[in-house]
Amino acid sequence: MSPLAYGASGIAADVTAGRVSAMEICRATLDHIAQVNPSLNAFNLVDEERALARAATIDRQRASGASLGPLAGVPIALKDNLCVRGMRTTASSRILETFVPPYNATVVSRLEHAGAVIVGKTNCDEFAMGSSNENSAFGPVRNPWAHDRAPGGSSGGSAAAVAAGCVVLALGSDTGGSIRQPAAFCGVTGIKPTYGRVSRYGLLAFASSLDQIGPIARSASDAALALSVIAGSDPLDSTSSRDEVPDFSALLDGHVAGVRIGVPRAFISDGVDTDVRSAFDRALEVLRQLGAVLIDIDLPHGKYAVPAYYLVCTAEASSNLARYDGVKYGYRSPRAHDDLRAMYSRTRNEGFGAEVKRRIMLGTYVLSAGYYDAFYLKAQQVRTLLRQDYERAFESVDVVVTPTTPTPPFKLGEKTNDPLQMYLADIFTVSVNLVGLPGISVPCGFVEQPGPTRPERLPIGVQLVGRMFDEATILRVADAYERATEWNRVALK
Amino acid sequence: MPAPLTIADVEAVAALAHLELTEDEKQLFTRQLADILTYAEQLQAVDTTGVAATAHVNAHEAERDDALRPSLSVADALANAPDADAELGLFRVPRVMG
Repeated sequence: MSPLAYGASGIAADVTAGRVSAMEICRATLDHIAQVNPSLNAFNLVDEERALARAATIDRQRASGASLGPLAGVPIALKDNLCVRGMRTTASSRILETFVPPYNATVVSRLEHAGAVIVGKTNCDEFAMGSSNENSAFGPVRNPWAHDRAPGGSSGGSAAAVAAGCVVLALGSDTGGSIRQPAAFCGVTGIKPTYGRVSRYGLLAFASSLDQIGPIARSASDAALALSVIAGSDPLDSTSSRDEVPDFSALLDGHVAGVRIGVPRAFISDGVDTDVRSAFDRALEVLRQLGAVLIDIDLPHGKYAVPAYYLVCTAEASSNLARYDGVKYGYRSPRAHDDLRAMYSRTRNEGFGAEVKRRIMLGTYVLSAGYYDAFYLKAQQVRTLLRQDYERAFESVDVVVTPTTPTPPFKLGEKTNDPLQMYLADIFTVSVNLVGLPGISVPCGFVEQPGPTRPERLPIGVQLVGRMFDEATILRVADAYERATEWNRVALK
Repeated sequence: MPAPLTIADVEAVAALAHLELTEDEKQLFTRQLADILTYAEQLQAVDTTGVAATAHVNAHEAERDDALRPSLSVADALANAPDADAELGLFRVPRVMG
């Protein structure tokens, strides 16, 4: 058992009270990572020296009587698409294999200001494009619960690192489910905040109208603590909201009575694995017993979310990834000394992996003359209809609930030859990004089954979706649910 | 409805995207992109007459003061370049004109 099992708020309280030093926590964390990471491949980089220096600074601040932040001494891992000044940041891509950012992402500055200790960068799908973490130039991450299974993606390393007790907190990014789906697959809690709640400055962009940074933790209360730290207006991101950020932790009062929870029955009727279905039904029963009112709702355009999403996100990706051209940073093909256009094309073909190329191609196609109206514009109109679906639903409910994923964690290699099958795994998460809503995945059970060498327990997650900028309600319900169940506290064997 | 995707289409798109695909990749992407586009054609069944497009979900105004602020130093900006001349402060690229 990791010494970090008591959570981010527990560590911060103990460090602040002097019951433990940030240095002791940091050493224990680094030891645990060294022990378990070789079999998981969850980290692209562990920066021991930097982490220990930061921990020593926190301890010195405490000794000098300075007040410490809400994450004092809390070790945290960052998805490798978040820039840290001086720390290699690759987006798990060969094209950025040597990139060392000259600046910090806003979330990084905020975390460090709050006393967090960044221990390293986590593996992910290349440029956050994937649902299994298999699209990484540095190899797949293994699911800590079953090493032959995918940890989910694209923030697979962050979710696996938290599940395996390497860190109590990690940041991921979520464009179509990339925080919530790996959180579900790894049995941890992950929240995608409302679009605009968290500054995207310093996040390597995939699809700018959908990307959002958020925390992955062992509990909704730790996720709330981290979200309060990273959220808020930022002059460096014009899409960041100027809305006041509530103290999310202070709002976790366990109160669920009377909360109206919408269940989109038709949307979740097809293609859901029977074990996921029964775990979901049991979760609904727990919420009902806590006093929530379950109401059937309709999201008539929900079934169009996946095709709309994959047209919108690839279009934006094809534009965002145009910047990787072998000139300003990263890889340049050695096979092109004589011709600029050949240098661009060879660099990009050698530097990007298959899924990234596929998405750039698809995005370029749907934006090209003759196809723009049929695909891209159509997808954006469907996006409007989806938004109206949710607006209508939120007239009568406070939260919408679905399974996070249609299946338990699938096997590594199971879907790699069929991109479309992989995309369909995102059915319950992508609509939330298209509309901009906040969504959280909470552990709600396990599938027990025989594994290659011993029985396996495969985690399942339930997703709660809230109104725009109402993370408080979904965090409150998630926290109450976690206190009423024990799914987020089951020890990994 | 768009015509079925051909290798020539894939080559044209790859040229627009500055990707020098191998022959195998052209074959693979022609098949996979056709699958995805066929799947996406279900959107055509949705009646979107008079429906506005949503390009982004931001509701607030995003302007800031046009004030002078520090930015990256030239050295920092060049530090990651595969071929830079730090002294002259420039990125070097292959010849553009003959």
